[in-house]
Amino acid sequence: MIEPMAEEYSAENAPPLTKEQAIANLSSPDLSLRYYAAWWLGKFRVCEPIVVDALVAALEDEADRTEMGGYPLRRNAARALGKLGDHRALPGLIKCLECSDFYVREAAAQSLEMLEDIAAAPALIRLLDGGVAAAIQVPGRPHLTQPYEAVLEALGAIGATEAVPLIEPFLEHPVPRVQCAAARAMYQLTRDFSYGEYLVKMLDNSNLQLRRVALGDLGAIGYLPALDAIANAKVENSFKLIALKGLLEHQLQQESDACSVGADAIRVMNLMDSLL
Amino acid sequence: MTDTQQLIRAVAEADSPARMIAAVQKLADAKDEAAIPTLIAVFGYNNPAAAVAAVTGLTQLGEASVPQLLAQIDDYNYGARAYSIRALAAIADPRALDILLASAATDFAPSVRRAAAKGLGNLRFAKLPVSERQTAQAKALETLLFISQDADWSIRYAAVVGLEALAKNPDLQQPIQARFAEILAFDPENAIRARVQLAHQ
Repeated sequence: MIEPMAEEYSAENAPPLTKEQAIANLSSPDLSLRYYAAWWLGKFRVCEPIVVDALVAALEDEADRTEMGGYPLRRNAARALGKLGDHRALPGLIKCLECSDFYVREAAAQSLEMLEDIAAAPALIRLLDGGVAAAIQVPGRPHLTQPYEAVLEALGAIGATEAVPLIEPFLEHPVPRVQCAAARAMYQLTRDFSYGEYLVKMLDNSNLQLRRVALGDLGAIGYLPALDAIANAKVENSFKLIALKGLLEHQLQQESDACSVGADAIRVMNLMDSLL
Repeated sequence: MTDTQQLIRAVAEADSPARMIAAVQKLADAKDEAAIPTLIAVFGYNNPAAAVAAVTGLTQLGEASVPQLLAQIDDYNYGARAYSIRALAAIADPRALDILLASAATDFAPSVRRAAAKGLGNLRFAKLPVSERQTAQAKALETLLFISQDADWSIRYAAVVGLEALAKNPDLQQPIQARFAEILAFDPENAIRARVQLAHQ
């Protein structure tokens, strides 16, 4: 449920910026320049205190509104702050979880996932209020009442074990991508292989998009038993490589010996080599 | 009609993805040079399993496939192009050097670039006359060193795989080891540094 167009800029098709310009543009009277600058600073990971301060201030922006009442600049500022990884953004991002704009809440949850700070747990858990029964499509909009995928993934990433009983029911949510997010979080919080296998089974789904999502989830949790299932999945090699890179990184983290790589990491790399 | 012509016809007449895969598999198994144009055409059918079977068939035919693979690279379909480059990389005939160099350095599609990078390291340079061999190896080395600094981690990964293979040529070892040492010291990705460690192991 990623906002359409959100990542469709590229460095080539937009005006070239310098760091100084991008920072200055964050307070430009031209709202489109502000919006672009917030994205640019995240994309190029300009992690300086002045940038973090400006982006945190942009989380409260009132000037840039869509006809639906959305806050485009807040969305981009929230996304950028996750990429910069500065924990001073935490209170502002947590506050964004209550924003009236779904996409601001989604961006904030995704960035809180990246910051991996357990302090965000209570606010994230509040978005699960009402459980699966409340997690329904908003009439006329292409999204559910809350950004459940992002919230579940964030709770898993930050290690919010107290949320396990609230997350588990989402394995039965009618939207398969939400089920994947729940399985991913449950695996991270319990290390129970049955949740990893849940995602492995999703690799056989007839929907290509969903197979890609499941690959991404398996990579994110570094689920090594999925190795061969990932290699054989009917998905483009690029997605498999990203998933295998996730497995590899997870494996490397577990291996303390820094001067050689272990047998499991080598198995992963041999598969990666074969997918080039 | 020869057996191969019948198998070619079966590919043309396949009316489901599964039948296409089966037909291509049979045609590939026939190991007949007459099948080459059909196998190459399969790359453009957007049927990944059939394309993989076609790559395998063309690779088994080896050098005989190379001229047509080179002549029929699809400039307008990067999916198809990646399969052509994979086949050329697997056959490892040094006549593919120029296309692998260009693809690794300048193709816009990462899948094509990765396949070319891996292929550059594995070319059988020994088949070239001595006079050309050094220049060819130097070009492969130069291109792989260049793309080992790409912003895309997967391109750097493929470059390391290519460089590892290229280091089997004794006179190229020194610059490759020097580059590997830099990657170990400075690459931000654990996965890339681990791949260099594996090359050393």
